[in-house]
Amino acid sequence: MTTYALVGGDIVDCDGRRRADVVVDQATGRLTEAAPDAADERLDVTGCIVSPGFVDLHVHLRQPGNEAAETIETGSRAAALGGYTAVVAMPNTNPCMDTAAVVTEVLAHGSRALCEIKPSAAITVGRLGETLAPMGELVDLGVRMFTDDGTGVQDDQLMRRALEYAASLDPGDGTSLVLSQHCEVNALSQGGVMNEGRWSAELGLPGQPAEAEELMVMRDIALSRLTGMRVHLQHLSTAGSVEMVRAAKAAGHPVTAEATPHHFTLTDGCCASYDPVFKVHPPLRTEADVAAVKAGLADGTIDAIATDHAPHTPDSKELPFDQAPPGMLGLETALALALTELPDIELVDLIRLLSIRPADIAGLADRHGRPVRPGEPANICVFDPDRRWTVDRTGLASLALNTPFHGRGVRGMVRHTFFDGEPVVIDGKATR
Amino acid sequence: MKHLISTHDLGRADLEQLFGLTDNFARILERPIPKVPALRGKTVVLAFFEDSTRTRTSFDLAARRLSADVVNFSVSQSSTRKGESLRDTVETISAMSVDAIVVRHSSSGAPQQIAQWTDASVVNAGDGWHQHPTQALLDAYTIRRRFGSLDGLSIAICGDINHSRVARSDVDAFTKLGAAVTLVGPKTLMPSDLSGWPVTVSSDFDTVVGEVDVVYLLRIQQERLSAGMFPSVREYRTRWGLTTERAARLKPDALIMHPGPMNRGVEIDPEVADDARAVVLDQVAAGVPTRMAVLYSVLGPGQFDDDGMTEAAGGPDLEAEAAPDRTENHVEELNR
Repeated sequence: MTTYALVGGDIVDCDGRRRADVVVDQATGRLTEAAPDAADERLDVTGCIVSPGFVDLHVHLRQPGNEAAETIETGSRAAALGGYTAVVAMPNTNPCMDTAAVVTEVLAHGSRALCEIKPSAAITVGRLGETLAPMGELVDLGVRMFTDDGTGVQDDQLMRRALEYAASLDPGDGTSLVLSQHCEVNALSQGGVMNEGRWSAELGLPGQPAEAEELMVMRDIALSRLTGMRVHLQHLSTAGSVEMVRAAKAAGHPVTAEATPHHFTLTDGCCASYDPVFKVHPPLRTEADVAAVKAGLADGTIDAIATDHAPHTPDSKELPFDQAPPGMLGLETALALALTELPDIELVDLIRLLSIRPADIAGLADRHGRPVRPGEPANICVFDPDRRWTVDRTGLASLALNTPFHGRGVRGMVRHTFFDGEPVVIDGKATR
Repeated sequence: MKHLISTHDLGRADLEQLFGLTDNFARILERPIPKVPALRGKTVVLAFFEDSTRTRTSFDLAARRLSADVVNFSVSQSSTRKGESLRDTVETISAMSVDAIVVRHSSSGAPQQIAQWTDASVVNAGDGWHQHPTQALLDAYTIRRRFGSLDGLSIAICGDINHSRVARSDVDAFTKLGAAVTLVGPKTLMPSDLSGWPVTVSSDFDTVVGEVDVVYLLRIQQERLSAGMFPSVREYRTRWGLTTERAARLKPDALIMHPGPMNRGVEIDPEVADDARAVVLDQVAAGVPTRMAVLYSVLGPGQFDDDGMTEAAGGPDLEAEAAPDRTENHVEELNR
């Protein structure tokens, strides 16, 4: 086992920004007080930022069921290359993560991954929105987030019951459960493959209105008030959603929210190419919505940047737009897009959005999103905030190619990632 | 012109040129032998991913009248949904060295996607709710034949605008040619956002009907009723249909148009469908020379002037007398 000295960089964590060297001890998986000069390996990180590793509240790793698109191993490699040390795996696998058996399988694969794989689990059996999944049993396996992601829980009463039932399942380790919602009222979004607006009208594609998302945001804020339970609102994409979350937080309701890089960079006009790489749920919205999401990230209304990393095989994206599955890659481009597209957000706040807050929401705050100081778990990311590069879909570690950012020039590149003390990425290359 | 995907690809001058070609081909179709060698040696594939006997027959005839070889490649939607990607299907067709692919697809955007995956010219024969450019050309051509020009005309398009590729194409073509377009129908059948559309919208057919030069009725599909977009066929006919009463208030020289097939008794009363002002069959007849003009434009030697066209398309009896430059072009074409 080796010790690594990270010399010459600036630390950015919950304590702000400061100039300091860092030493990682692979044997203990922690940062140590040892002198940098005594370390086995010295990495010059001049000009770079050393931060807690990022935590993604929303990734689709496709295992079990669609290993041609992604596996836990390849997805975790993409995560590590993106600076992530923990990701929350969404339960819409096949079979669905609604039973102990499937969650156990995911945890077993995750134990060999290049970052921590934190499984979420379905709220309802089969994500069908009819009966509650065995939440207690799943909590005992370590699940802290429940979601039917891909679809929202449509039935108001069932969602209320899920929140109340979750309130009585105390994990007993200081963390708490959170129900995470894909906000989409199916009756209103039905058949919509892109944002409803002037672009859907011109392109002749069925649209889903912003209100299909906003109605469920509104309902879940009300149910959070009714039950006192935390609700986490996934991938906010509309100005109305952001405004409602802002008001709910001001009123003291325990809601949190995330937004994706594609929702703060791309608009529904991208669909004019009919390239299904731009098809995603919730759909790309208008310029005004993008501006509102950015403002929500800047003022803390939105707690976290989450990627909704959703790999799909090339052939499934070579279908007509309305037939292709929704979803985009995100893990390897999130940091760069945040640095490029959110220049008004201070680095300290960006690390809060990428690491500290999502670690807390996911129940991982004892080992991720921590201060970068001796004694703390060595889950850290080192990135060069000024390095420019061009996204190339063929250069990504993900098995799939469906990034909507292919060919885009961005700023900010991950240099090194340490997961549990192990150098999983060195000089922008995965070590295994 | 390499492809024809959308009317948005065409400026007013392009439209006028296509009408000129259509005029020429229409004259040729009146000859005893209505066939010219303009596209001899060219292969046109009719790739219909959605069934449409009328449009396919029209394109088929158009291609044969130009002496192209025509291949039908009917692909059932279900088989493509069973795993073969659209790209695989298109590459299979392209591998057979075809010159043009005429595409009909139930998904908006499919012809645009297909154009990226083939070297052949792609002609859109209707995609989803998006575009049906040859329908717009033949519709505008029909109106132009009757009125001489679309400039200053007032045209009402009535019915299911949102789910209509015909409406999207017609609005664009008619307004580019100088007509004023009013969309008529219930809000449930309108696109939710019409900003950027050069149209006015009315939900009152009665105030519109007496003032327009053309009434264009769109087909109402049963599934719109099932989806609750209007309460009943009876109510639809009463408020939005061209009833006998409304037809009586039309201008004497107004045109009644419909892309077919008509639902008699729904969007159009049976008697109105047989009114002397109804030009539905003229529209169908205009389809063949219009599609000849389009196929010639994407596959022919690239000349858009009437004279060259007349010589090139002069028919078998004139073939030997074709202008020398035209012959050279033709040889080049074959050698490519």
